[in-house]
Amino acid sequence: MSLKGDCINILEHVLVPKFRVLSDEEKARLLEKLKTTKEKLPKILQVDPIVTNIEAKKGDILEIKRKSEVAGEYVYYRLVV
Amino acid sequence: MMTDLPLKIREEIDEYCKKKGIESEKKHEIVEKVKHFYRMSMYDPEEAVGVVSAQSLSEPATQMTMRTYHFAGTAGIQVTLGLPRLAEIFDAKKEPETPSMTIYLDPEHGSETKAIEIAKKIKEVKLKDFVLSNVIDLINLTITCHMDVEKLKKFDVDMKDLPKHVKLKNIDVEAKGKELIIMPKKADNVNLHKLKYKLLETHIKGVKNISHVIVSKEEGDEWVISTLGSNLHKVLAIEGVDTTRTTCNNPFEIYDVFGVEAARNSIIKEAVGTIEEQGLGVDIRYVSMLADLMTSGGKIMGIGRYGIAGNKDSVLARMAFEETKKHIISAAIEGMRDPLKGHVENIIMNQVIPMGTGAFTLVGRMPEVKVEQPEDEAEETKAEKKEEKAEKPVKKKAEKEEKPAKAKEKKKAAAKKKK
Repeated sequence: MSLKGDCINILEHVLVPKFRVLSDEEKARLLEKLKTTKEKLPKILQVDPIVTNIEAKKGDILEIKRKSEVAGEYVYYRLVV
Repeated sequence: MMTDLPLKIREEIDEYCKKKGIESEKKHEIVEKVKHFYRMSMYDPEEAVGVVSAQSLSEPATQMTMRTYHFAGTAGIQVTLGLPRLAEIFDAKKEPETPSMTIYLDPEHGSETKAIEIAKKIKEVKLKDFVLSNVIDLINLTITCHMDVEKLKKFDVDMKDLPKHVKLKNIDVEAKGKELIIMPKKADNVNLHKLKYKLLETHIKGVKNISHVIVSKEEGDEWVISTLGSNLHKVLAIEGVDTTRTTCNNPFEIYDVFGVEAARNSIIKEAVGTIEEQGLGVDIRYVSMLADLMTSGGKIMGIGRYGIAGNKDSVLARMAFEETKKHIISAAIEGMRDPLKGHVENIIMNQVIPMGTGAFTLVGRMPEVKVEQPEDEAEETKAEKKEEKAEKPVKKKAEKEEKPAKAKEKKKAAAKKKK
């Protein structure tokens, strides 16, 4: 791949929603709210271009702000595995 | 609190209140009322949303079998449409039958001439595009290609550079005037016909795999390049291409470049686009749920034997779907256990399935064994216990947003759909 290809910011693409890594405190609060365990959340792979881009680590939970036709915007969570 | 409501509803309330000049007190009342209706319209916990979704998607799909439109004779790029395309998306085929891309351009490269220039850069040209005729000389064991020199000039390719592009092993390439002469290094045992085909497919210029480009004007006076064949990685690297909007129709390629979330969006976009193209309508919620399920493992999984249905946790559920012997044998060898937590397993076992009211269990506190205590104190605790007991047997409701539960439903839906 050329130099420019490496430099493009994939986070700006229209198909890519906004990502944020949750802090430990937020993580605990989220799991409490959803009454679930980390392992039961949907996954995102460690090698995923987004994960490497925002430098998330294994075990992190990503908060994803998705745009939706019906709800406007809503949050979704994925566990980095 | 307004935050319990989705953004769109919140915005609508705000807009309405602004228009009518409704103040805080009254607005609060409205919000409460809306919240009430919102809650009423939500699915109950453990409702089988997957089945509803599967039916809602399957009905238009059956319609589609009967009336897929065929655009015979229309100009432009022929792409897979209708049911075959839908099956392609949901089965997560690695390569779609007709890969295509939509390339948007930077504002600076927005003019027609610039667009054509970029399109030219993108289109793949092979050696065969320049060859007028080729002759196989079986006596001298050479292949002679007569080149179209004018066309070469048009594409800015120098005749002298041509030998450099040919990267086949064990051959010598020579450019002589208008001819390109190819000689195998080893004279014996060469299949010149085979070699000729390989030679003609040599990539010379442009982006690999992109066989056709069409420059057209889209809404908003913008020049857009659509292609047949896709290569997202390479195209995004070309100068002048708008890297924030350019997409292709293959979720796998998008997954490689932009990750799962973008792939999920791509699946939804492609599926909804295919259905709507046929004049049918499906609520986006059904499609997005299916896409969520397909990407819940971090990568794209198709629906079927090698996808979701074949990767269920439960042995019995997998057996009930397809390839019964394979699963039962491997389960026996590995000594697997089935906790009977899903639906299919419980149907097989003739038990109540974890769905609807069947998903909940009653939790109560058992009367504790009496420990030796002074009498009056024992009386007190007993009374307390009684009170507690009356309160305790509550339905243990699973939280509405609990995703795993939903995921299970979806899994089931997928299985149902396949059946």
